[in-house]
Amino acid sequence: MDALEVADLSFRYGRKEALKSVSFHVASGEFCALLGPNGAGKSTLFALLTRLFVARQGRIAVMGQDLQAAPRAALAQMGVVFQQMTLDLDLSVARNLAYFGALHGLSRRDAALRATEVLERLDMAERAGEKARDLNGGHRRRLEIARALMHRPRLLLLDEPTVGLDARSRAAITTHVHGLARDDGLAVLWATHLVDEVTPSDTVLILHQGQILQRGRAQDIAPEHGLAAHFMALTEEPAA
Amino acid sequence: MSPYLRAMTAILGREALRFLTQRERFLAALVRPLVWLLVFAAGFRAALGLSITPPYQTYITYEVYIVPGLVAMILLFNAMQSALSLVYDREMGSMRLLLTAPLPRWWLLFCKLLAGVLVSILQAYAFLAIAYFYGIRLPPMGYVWVLPALLIAGMMLGAVGLFLASTIRQLENFAGVMNFVIFPVFFLSTALYPLWRMAESSTLLRDICAWNPFTHAVELIRFALYLRLNLEALGWVALTFAVFMGLALWGFDPARGMMNRKTR
Repeated sequence: MDALEVADLSFRYGRKEALKSVSFHVASGEFCALLGPNGAGKSTLFALLTRLFVARQGRIAVMGQDLQAAPRAALAQMGVVFQQMTLDLDLSVARNLAYFGALHGLSRRDAALRATEVLERLDMAERAGEKARDLNGGHRRRLEIARALMHRPRLLLLDEPTVGLDARSRAAITTHVHGLARDDGLAVLWATHLVDEVTPSDTVLILHQGQILQRGRAQDIAPEHGLAAHFMALTEEPAA
Repeated sequence: MSPYLRAMTAILGREALRFLTQRERFLAALVRPLVWLLVFAAGFRAALGLSITPPYQTYITYEVYIVPGLVAMILLFNAMQSALSLVYDREMGSMRLLLTAPLPRWWLLFCKLLAGVLVSILQAYAFLAIAYFYGIRLPPMGYVWVLPALLIAGMMLGAVGLFLASTIRQLENFAGVMNFVIFPVFFLSTALYPLWRMAESSTLLRDICAWNPFTHAVELIRFALYLRLNLEALGWVALTFAVFMGLALWGFDPARGMMNRKTR
């Protein structure tokens, strides 16, 4: 069973068509990079996948649960890291995790145990008592990923999670998330416009002007000139 | 504990923590009604005589009359403040996080609303305590009776704020809406003057005040403070709550409401 299945998904803002019949799937253990330039429709797709928006055409299923028909069952299988930071800066790392755990139905005890696990997984165990406000950008992002893992989701969605981070933090986060897919069997959909975050074994989805232009393994879809050149050529805007 | 209660406890706990860490907000919310009570009402005491009208059983000073209105004012301003923070949360993303929790959206919004109202009620009681030491003495049991009135009036005003938050796309638009909502709603009510006083100057003004749901919130609180139930006010407040809560849920419904509009 695919962890995420998107079929014939379309969405418009008034007359403007933001997504045009988008279909793809992400399997368990697969790291899928959703590549697209700014304005390609990535954030709209994320809003639809997280049910902030509802599409009038198309189907989204998470671990076989239809997001429209059974939204709670589908959302329970999903961990999300939004592009904008969504931490409560006045709360400690542990309290941020406890709050989110409670929203997902974890008891206080289970949330505390799970928080210890996920913080260790992301090398942040020693920061549990620190205020989120005192963390640097890279650690704040890691905390958001830890939070998204609190309820043991089977699908992790990340919308441009490395925006604004330095190279070291970016590398650490991409390594961690690749590890989650490889070692824990988590399905990952990672939206980005930064081609260097993709490894050769990742699946790549190229989204441009609301359409999926290509899907395949990074090493297979651009063997000659490299993914960056291929991506640039595919998404090149016509000269005005 | 059910997931519903667990989420409610978490949302209320978070709001309580925010309240404890933002003491300036608490004090600022008290300054406004206190200025009205200590300065405005004191100045008007001589100019405004008030006859015996229910729920009062004797002549009262203007300061005594104005207290329920100022309590309702705290609820009103807090409701708008909560709505503003909802718009902010939505722009900043933390609202998104809340809405992706695997619980019905109406429940999450209800918990958020309740959390804001409970903070308002604490502020209302703090104001009543200060008013007591200033010399405004209410029936002792009135402080207990008023609790349900504060809760339902706060929920009504919070629902109005929630509805506004669902319709407003950008933070900068909110200030204008606040001015168009808060001031007319407050001044066109019985918070500062009784209806018969309004009627003396304009029957149209009196009718507008009588239709204003905030008037009924004020009267519900006023009567409760004097151990009386104003059924008409309760009915209007409950109805207004139901209507605006329904509209707010519609506004936040991803399938039907205004969430699907793109923020520009």
